[in-house]
Amino acid sequence: MSTAAPARVTGGTAGGARRDRWRTAYLPRALHPAAWWVWALGLATAASRTTNPLLLGLVIAVATLVVVARRGDAPWAMAFRLYVWVAVLVVVLRVAFRVVFGGGAGGPVLLDLPTVPLPEWVAGLTLFGPVTAQALLGGFYDGLRLATMIICVGAANALANPKRLLKAVPGALYEVGTAVVVALSLFPQLAESVLRVRRARRLRGGGGSGIRALRGVVVPVLEDALDRSLELAAAMDSRGYGRTEQVAPGSRVLAGVCTVGGLVGVCVGVYGLLDGTSPAVLGAPMLVLGVGLAAAGFGLSGRRVRRTHYRPDRWQVPEVVTAGAGVVVGLGVWLALSLDPAAVNPSLSPPVWPEVGLPALAAVLVGVVPAVATPRTPLTAEEVGA
Amino acid sequence: MIRFEDVTITYAGAARPALAHVELAVPEGELALVAGRTGSGKSTLLRAVNGLVPHFTGGHLEGRVSVAGLDTRDRPPRDLAHLVGYVGQDPLAGFVTDTVEEELAYGMEQLAVAPSVMRKRVEETLDLLGIADLRRRPLRTLSGGQQQRVAIGAVLTTDPRVLVLDEPTSALDPTAAEDVLAAVTRLVHDLGVTVLMAEHRMERVLQYADRLLVVDDAAVRQGTPQELLVDSPVAPPVVELARVAGWTPLPLSVRDARRRATHLRFELAATPAYAGPPVRVAAGAAPVLTASSVVVRHGQVVAVRGVDLGLHAGEVVALMGRNGSGKSSLLWALQGSGPRHTGQVDVGGEDPGSVTAARARALVGLVPQTAADLLYLETVDEECAAADRESDAAPGTCRRLLERVAPGVPGDRHPRDLSEGQRLSLVLAVQLTAAPRVVLLDEPTRGLDYTAKAALGAIVADLAAQGTPVVVATHDVEFVAAVADRVVVMAEGEVVADGPTVEVVAASPIFAPQVAKVLGAPWLTPAQVREALVGVAP
Repeated sequence: MSTAAPARVTGGTAGGARRDRWRTAYLPRALHPAAWWVWALGLATAASRTTNPLLLGLVIAVATLVVVARRGDAPWAMAFRLYVWVAVLVVVLRVAFRVVFGGGAGGPVLLDLPTVPLPEWVAGLTLFGPVTAQALLGGFYDGLRLATMIICVGAANALANPKRLLKAVPGALYEVGTAVVVALSLFPQLAESVLRVRRARRLRGGGGSGIRALRGVVVPVLEDALDRSLELAAAMDSRGYGRTEQVAPGSRVLAGVCTVGGLVGVCVGVYGLLDGTSPAVLGAPMLVLGVGLAAAGFGLSGRRVRRTHYRPDRWQVPEVVTAGAGVVVGLGVWLALSLDPAAVNPSLSPPVWPEVGLPALAAVLVGVVPAVATPRTPLTAEEVGA
Repeated sequence: MIRFEDVTITYAGAARPALAHVELAVPEGELALVAGRTGSGKSTLLRAVNGLVPHFTGGHLEGRVSVAGLDTRDRPPRDLAHLVGYVGQDPLAGFVTDTVEEELAYGMEQLAVAPSVMRKRVEETLDLLGIADLRRRPLRTLSGGQQQRVAIGAVLTTDPRVLVLDEPTSALDPTAAEDVLAAVTRLVHDLGVTVLMAEHRMERVLQYADRLLVVDDAAVRQGTPQELLVDSPVAPPVVELARVAGWTPLPLSVRDARRRATHLRFELAATPAYAGPPVRVAAGAAPVLTASSVVVRHGQVVAVRGVDLGLHAGEVVALMGRNGSGKSSLLWALQGSGPRHTGQVDVGGEDPGSVTAARARALVGLVPQTAADLLYLETVDEECAAADRESDAAPGTCRRLLERVAPGVPGDRHPRDLSEGQRLSLVLAVQLTAAPRVVLLDEPTRGLDYTAKAALGAIVADLAAQGTPVVVATHDVEFVAAVADRVVVMAEGEVVADGPTVEVVAASPIFAPQVAKVLGAPWLTPAQVREALVGVAP
């Protein structure tokens, strides 16, 4: 409060007004979920270009730091730990596979396991055999790359409210978004209903075993779920869900073709961009074409639905900074590595200490900016108690 | 505002229409109460107002239903959303989003209300219904009364002229029900909203109603409450008392009745002193069920906090307390199927928590709140046969019990097609097949009309007369006044009052039945007054 007072005095000038707006944008609030996703996908793109453990480790550190600094206390924010465990599991599995199925040849042998011959029909595969340092390291680098990307996605999930993200989808995808939201909230109800019915089964003496017992649980749960769904559908209908404007069928077909074609284009484009070996035309140009087509499709079909948003997340300065940081990390690492190809995949034979140039490191470090340059996420306890 | 012109509604495959030749007109700004027995077509009537019947449910509608001049035949419910707000029986099942504020805004988003208007209306509605402190709470964590108020708020934000409420207070404790009704009457008085409300617990709503619609056997009679209640088959206790005392016009609220009752009080004082219901418990007998220091925890929440309870043969005990006070958890712990962290439960030397489920069932029978969870077969007869097998009873035992508690339930009917009262009777018969020594009923009166409640009361008295202690957890004070010998009140998992019904209930400002509020203790039910006046020993 005391800091706001002088700002109001100088609010008459253009600079003062901008500063006020700036301060408002930095009051504690949840950031636009799309900003976090752009940031996280930028980090993931950077990670996908390299197996250099130094760079990957730095990406993980940056993602973790931002999550710790800016996540709330909502259930989805707690999911980050789960992603980390999955990432660890991926690395362990990758290394274990190299041991079990034998790795590439060469390099110093660390452990000489006996080879187990497999039958004819799986020719080409052997179990165990000598374990080389190169195979282990290769497995580790490979696993670490995938693990880093998983952690980046986990960071986005922990920072962005999934339901707010669904609210921000374009009008054309509104029905799909609603279906997902309803399914998300029905799932805990289904679990609750299963527990309740199982408990009730005990009241009838447990009711035998096998099919009969299963039926005793499944039938009441399904009846319950069906009742609820009908009730929900009736409620949504009477509250105006699905009020639409009339449109010509031709325009609907056109919108559908544009949307589907655009989405296919985006998929191909993203694949082309991430996979370094595909022809260049399948990369950025395809992505741009796909995005354009999809946008046209969404625009056309969105015209049919008339709806407003209550307190939408607005795209303000911190959102621009966050998304921008992600883009800089992605582009920066890509540029830095194309100038310094040796750092992309550190040599395995002979195994050497990986090296990485300053530009790539600096690019990744930009990703840490959102940890300080975003408003604090309010905790739910504060919101309730306010 | 609402007009029905010669409306006949027939559901697909039904032999008889659900509503036949209904003529109806509810003027603007009235609160109309829809009363009638279960299955009489109340819900059909309500759902026809915004076009859910027939657009959503199917079926055939003849005649014309119009709201503010708009015919529901031409418009599906979604196109009437700005005009009619409809809240179904279970508010939780109708929630689309997951926090209070978003739920309030949902309807407006669908109607494309401008964001600035939305923001303002959400704040106004939060204040109007007194739920501003709940705005960011997840909907699933709210209590029943809060959920009901949020559901009403969620349809109010679109500024409808008509509000349709299906059983808004049936599942609520008396205090929560008062909160909801206070909110509704404020809407009627201050905003001029027309309200159409169905409610089994007429005693709660009647005094606020301008108009009564009695649905009986597909026909609808309408008029002022005073006219219609003179001979209505369903009537709240205060009206029954007035019939006994011969008061005209009928008083509708406790206050009206109390002002008339001076003479009746003198008359009653002259009758032989009424000693309350007969005592069925033999003095000095050992309890059938003894529970000591029972503790139940759900995670960090302590649901039951060291409860001691003894149940004697022939006793009917009412377990009362607000929603979430630990009543259900205690019943489940006594039965042995629910968690129990410490404490002993003893039924004839055995602990129902440490024997097999089949044995526990023979010790303590529990009918849970959602009784239908116990049913999973296609016909009533199959359910009965399964119950006989499950409890090693002679074939036909369950069917015989069902015949006793609810005569004439067709055996080839699907359990879901039974009325609420018949379904409850079936579950009760299934549980009684095991011949339990103690019977526990969790909220059995939910969704029962006055007639079905009276039938249930007779069954409970019958069980007690045979020596089985019965515990009924309920919010229904009138039912408690009619059946219970003893009342146990719980709050925050502890027993805060335990004693004879007259002592506990008559003195409580919240749990006192209407007759006690009019005449004072020991009078609890109209039946007691009638017996005293006619001169038959009670």
